[in-house]
Amino acid sequence: MKELVIISGKGGTGKTSLTAAFAALAENMVLCDADVDAADLHLLLQPDFRQHADFLGGGIAEIDQDKCVQCALCLELCRFDAISQDFVVDPIDCEGCGVCVDFCPEEAIAFPIQTCGEWYISATRYGPMVHARLGIAEENSGKLVSLVRQESAKLAGEEHKDLIITDGPPGVGCPVIASIGGAAAVLIVTEPTVSGLHDMERVADLAAHFKVPAIACINKSDLNPEQTERIEALAKDKGIEILGRIPFDPVFIKSMVQGQNVIEYSPESEIAGAIRRMWEQIIRLPVMQEA
Amino acid sequence: MIISIASGKGGTGKTTVATNLAASLGDVQFLDCDVEEPNAHLFLHPEITEQETVFTPVPEIDEAACTLCRKCVDICRFKAITILGKTILVFPELCHSCGGCVQVCPENAVSEAKREIGVLEKGHRGNIRFIHGLLRISEAMSPPLIKAVRRQVQPDTVNIIDAPPGTSCPVIVAMKGVDFVLLVTEPTPFGLHDLKLAVEAVKKLGLPSGLVINRSDMGDRRVHAYAAAENLPILMEIPYERSIAEAYSRGSLFAEDKGEWQERFLELYERIKKRTGYEE
Repeated sequence: MKELVIISGKGGTGKTSLTAAFAALAENMVLCDADVDAADLHLLLQPDFRQHADFLGGGIAEIDQDKCVQCALCLELCRFDAISQDFVVDPIDCEGCGVCVDFCPEEAIAFPIQTCGEWYISATRYGPMVHARLGIAEENSGKLVSLVRQESAKLAGEEHKDLIITDGPPGVGCPVIASIGGAAAVLIVTEPTVSGLHDMERVADLAAHFKVPAIACINKSDLNPEQTERIEALAKDKGIEILGRIPFDPVFIKSMVQGQNVIEYSPESEIAGAIRRMWEQIIRLPVMQEA
Repeated sequence: MIISIASGKGGTGKTTVATNLAASLGDVQFLDCDVEEPNAHLFLHPEITEQETVFTPVPEIDEAACTLCRKCVDICRFKAITILGKTILVFPELCHSCGGCVQVCPENAVSEAKREIGVLEKGHRGNIRFIHGLLRISEAMSPPLIKAVRRQVQPDTVNIIDAPPGTSCPVIVAMKGVDFVLLVTEPTPFGLHDLKLAVEAVKKLGLPSGLVINRSDMGDRRVHAYAAAENLPILMEIPYERSIAEAYSRGSLFAEDKGEWQERFLELYERIKKRTGYEE
């Protein structure tokens, strides 16, 4: 079983729209939405929710005002400035380290485990999907990403699926690191802009650091030929093969508005053809073949 | 005055709005808090004059003094310290720098070393002061670096913060306690869905906010309807124009190329000021 993770560094380059289009083309796969912070894949796949479970994160400190003698030791120890002068913990600032809890001489600080989100196993018209929703302002997004990927792998094993397509988060930090470890390959979706180029370089370095093979595609490839050339030069320099060039086409957004992917919304369009050709190349890559 | 430019979804135009607003106003301080993928410098082209490495404290254990009592292992909620046989191991990349292990060690065997999380760069472009953070590749924890950028805020001037995408800890660190959150979205199902998440985050922080709709003539009208229903004021709309997209692609500011847009960004600022009751 092989996992392809779609990432980009920069947000809004078309990761989710491409993931949904691949879902329409792939066979025998599990879909995984690892962008738990702002998950959008379900908007194109209308999943039928079959199972859901709470995602439990760490604890958050809570001071019992009846037991508190205002010795201020917690204020002194807290490095996150999460405790106010009148001894109330701000749950947004609390890092969940529990140092105040352990040191409080009155044992006045509770540390209830927080429900930080939910995760789901759903059915879609293309196959099963594992996805999640992280609570607003919550931490632990990396942990939730790891959880949805583990559950996807488990499901793929149980249902004898040989492929997982994972829609990754933007950036290069905690959730992205949690998204790519152990994947067969990452597909970097970029665009010919100064920021697309800059962010692709950083995320390519991240993939190289974790020794995950990377391939790339250029979305809106006709927007700026000079930037497209610079992306091609960067890819060559980093040893990354560019497997697709998708020209700008309003059909991309029109299909999204209809809650569909490009392949089903406009199968004869030029971009549907470009995506199909790219997909044929991706599944034939040596790294995507079973050992 | 501190204005954070945010959005749930990435790629909606946060950096476009933030940089064009800053260039239109001039005499502001610009703080790029999207430390994972900072892009504002690609548009503002600041001259960088100062650079400093940002560290976060992580434990270092004096093995000669350590009695393997496990107190540090037990206090650490992030599993950054473990004992394997007769060896104590630290995983600095898991450490949240809470200092619990240092406090709890009865032998004073734990001291603090430093883990590099990224760099802070400062510079200027004309009368715009520019600061950004650049997260070290393979570093997972961005909030301490975002906090380091935010510590550069100057209360007596206009501070424009370019926030990271999402709704979890990094964006909260970039929004908490600011005077106004300017949300940027696009009128698509993804834009709407993630805008709703961003609005929830802004409400949770109790901050005044307003909306910029980018590529406002693409997609559908559901974002406009949602904004009306939520009493979220639409402060600016930027239609899709190939010339704007091209200006962005090559790293130039369309408010400078097109004089009428500079006027509109100045009006945007006036609307924000009115909503915060801010007096200069």
